[in-house]
Amino acid sequence: MVRAAEGDVPEGIDIFIPPWYDVFWSAVMFAALFWIFWKFVLPRLKTVLNERSEGIEKKLEQAEADRNEAHVLLEQYREQLAEARSEAAQIRAEAQAERQSIVAEARSEAQTAATAVAERAETQLSAEAERVRTVLARDVGRLATDLAEKIVGESLDEQKVAATVDRFIADLETVAAEEQETR
Amino acid sequence: MFEGTIFEFTRVNMIQVIMTVAIASFFIVAFRNPKVVPRGIQQLGELAVNFVETQIIDSIMGSSGRRYLPYLVTLFFFILAMNLAGVIPFLNLAGSSVVAVPMLMAVIAWVTFNTAGIRKHGFGNYMKANLFPTGVPKPVYVLLTPIEFLSTFILRPVTLTIRLVANMMAGHLMLVLFFSGATYLFLDAEWALKPFGLGAAAMGFFITGFEILIAVLQAYIFTLLTALYIAGAESEHH
Repeated sequence: MVRAAEGDVPEGIDIFIPPWYDVFWSAVMFAALFWIFWKFVLPRLKTVLNERSEGIEKKLEQAEADRNEAHVLLEQYREQLAEARSEAAQIRAEAQAERQSIVAEARSEAQTAATAVAERAETQLSAEAERVRTVLARDVGRLATDLAEKIVGESLDEQKVAATVDRFIADLETVAAEEQETR
Repeated sequence: MFEGTIFEFTRVNMIQVIMTVAIASFFIVAFRNPKVVPRGIQQLGELAVNFVETQIIDSIMGSSGRRYLPYLVTLFFFILAMNLAGVIPFLNLAGSSVVAVPMLMAVIAWVTFNTAGIRKHGFGNYMKANLFPTGVPKPVYVLLTPIEFLSTFILRPVTLTIRLVANMMAGHLMLVLFFSGATYLFLDAEWALKPFGLGAAAMGFFITGFEILIAVLQAYIFTLLTALYIAGAESEHH
């Protein structure tokens, strides 16, 4: 497997004096490799590296834009949420106020109704009292007249008696009114 | 083939052609259809170019050295491919173990760094900066200028050449020594000596691994020094 170089092996100072054909072939090979790197490999590498950088840049920009958009959306959602909350609070407050006004209205209505009932009862009572008083006045007048007839023993002039009784009752009433005022 | 002419084609030249085709094929396949997201061999190719870019150019020359990327990448992978041929079965000889390859590379490096320096500073200023370093008393130039001339313009390419060719030749000699020794001990030696063939083969195996390291290291050193010379020639203060 291992063999020394074939052909003339240089010795002594010849080791450092290259034959021209060695120089020629080395130069051709080096030039070929240089040309391949210069014209083919490195330009392609540069292109692909630039594309890579651009791609990364683009992605970073996209990410930045997405982040900003998300931020804006979040702000919007927050605003909407706050709006909804304040609206709800307002509605609640309105409902509260409405409830109070309804209660107050109902109360005043009830009061009015109660007052009306009371007034009606009073009116009724006073009317009853008036009627009773009238009846009482008439009965007292007749009783007094009957009594007087029995005492006097003869019938009295209807008309005169009625006037007398009326005057008497009127007197009574004024006395009662005066007593009430002084009290 | 073409014996005695400039087109004479020996075993070493065959190895050089094979290795050049191999390394060129690798890079052509790697970047035949480059993708933005690299996969497989493209990743390997990018890594390889990136090694020269960051480890040699960026660390020695800074970003201004980027324009030497085609040259330095070629230099590194050409020398690496030539060196590795020394441990590849059936080739078994480094393409750089004949002096022509290191010498040619050294001459190209010499031309490149001098051209870079002269283009940057002008011929006069470049020579003055190299041959008459500032900060020494005038009489010292009698001694210093010849030394500077020798070290910059003569010894740099010579040392580049000898360092590489000597390394490759020595590695080849060691491999030949241990493997042919092992072959002799196994096949032709007295029976009592045959076990020592194992030791020789083991050494050969060890040296093979060592040669791979040397192949990479020498390619790296050669390219690094070339970059250093170019950066030195272009820099403002010497």
